[in-house]
Amino acid sequence: MLTHWPCPQSSGKILEEMLAKFDHPGRPCVLVIPPLFDEHNKFRRQIIEIMRLLDDLEIGSAMPDLPGWNESTALLAQQSVGVWQAAMGAAASHCEATHVLTFRAGVIFAPPSLPGWAYAPQTGAKQLRSMIRAQVIAAREAGADESSDTLMQSARESGMVLAGWDLGAQLVRELEQADEVSLGSLTEITQSELGGRGLWLRAEPDEDPEQAAALATLVAEELVAP
Amino acid sequence: MSSNPVTDNSATASEQTDMSGIGKSRVAIDRDLKAIIADVLGLDADDVNEFTPQTGLFGDLPELDSMAVAGLLTEMEDRLDIVIEDDDVDGEMLETYGGLLAFAEAKIIEG
Repeated sequence: MLTHWPCPQSSGKILEEMLAKFDHPGRPCVLVIPPLFDEHNKFRRQIIEIMRLLDDLEIGSAMPDLPGWNESTALLAQQSVGVWQAAMGAAASHCEATHVLTFRAGVIFAPPSLPGWAYAPQTGAKQLRSMIRAQVIAAREAGADESSDTLMQSARESGMVLAGWDLGAQLVRELEQADEVSLGSLTEITQSELGGRGLWLRAEPDEDPEQAAALATLVAEELVAP
Repeated sequence: MSSNPVTDNSATASEQTDMSGIGKSRVAIDRDLKAIIADVLGLDADDVNEFTPQTGLFGDLPELDSMAVAGLLTEMEDRLDIVIEDDDVDGEMLETYGGLLAFAEAKIIEG
């Protein structure tokens, strides 16, 4: 289930990154793209649960690490949206993905050629805004007079560690520009379709079996009745 | 006595006119804001529904720490379709539920 894949890096080299995968040769294979940063950590357990449920329904799935994600040893500060989009395209080919399922801001990296679903899609700009806000609030609590505008300006020019994530200037600028969700051929899945509360709101990583089952069922039903 | 129903009717009509101008009624904003608080802080929806304008928030709710404030404001922006600036965030806005509701209403009217 845990394996690795040859992933193109920001340096142009190919290095192995981790890949969580359930194989069902001859059946659909869903490329799973997790959310970014803290939301990735909060969702990972739930995403694996969804992949297991798809596995029970004989649907393959694959969730690749990209450079700077999860177990990757590549430096986050050296990454960009472009590097990640190219890497996700390579992962789709490597895994022979037939569909894609994105979570939150993961929608930014969906290979345009694949049909599929975008769960609770979030723009890069809003993702960045919430990290900047957390940084401003933390700074003000520490007695520093910080503002979103000056932080943003500094992050755009020279990168910044935001809420513990070391973002390079190029990544900051690209996320800021990703201010609209582009669904392309993807079908949006809203939180209200799954019921319950979005797991990205929880303070700690968590799981919700009912939401996982609802999402897996929705995907499976659309795969058998296109 | 006979004039009372007439007065009540005109007050209701006037309220309805005001609300259609705002686009989203106070009742709807109240409902949405309580749902957001319950979702972000992981509180029981029934408990949040009992919030009054005097219910204390920041400093009173242990779940509402500074990182939860960041999450709350972001989720308010998303679900109420408003933009919250740094300067909007002060002690008064987060002190009580009534303060936060008044802030949300003002932002929705402004937007």
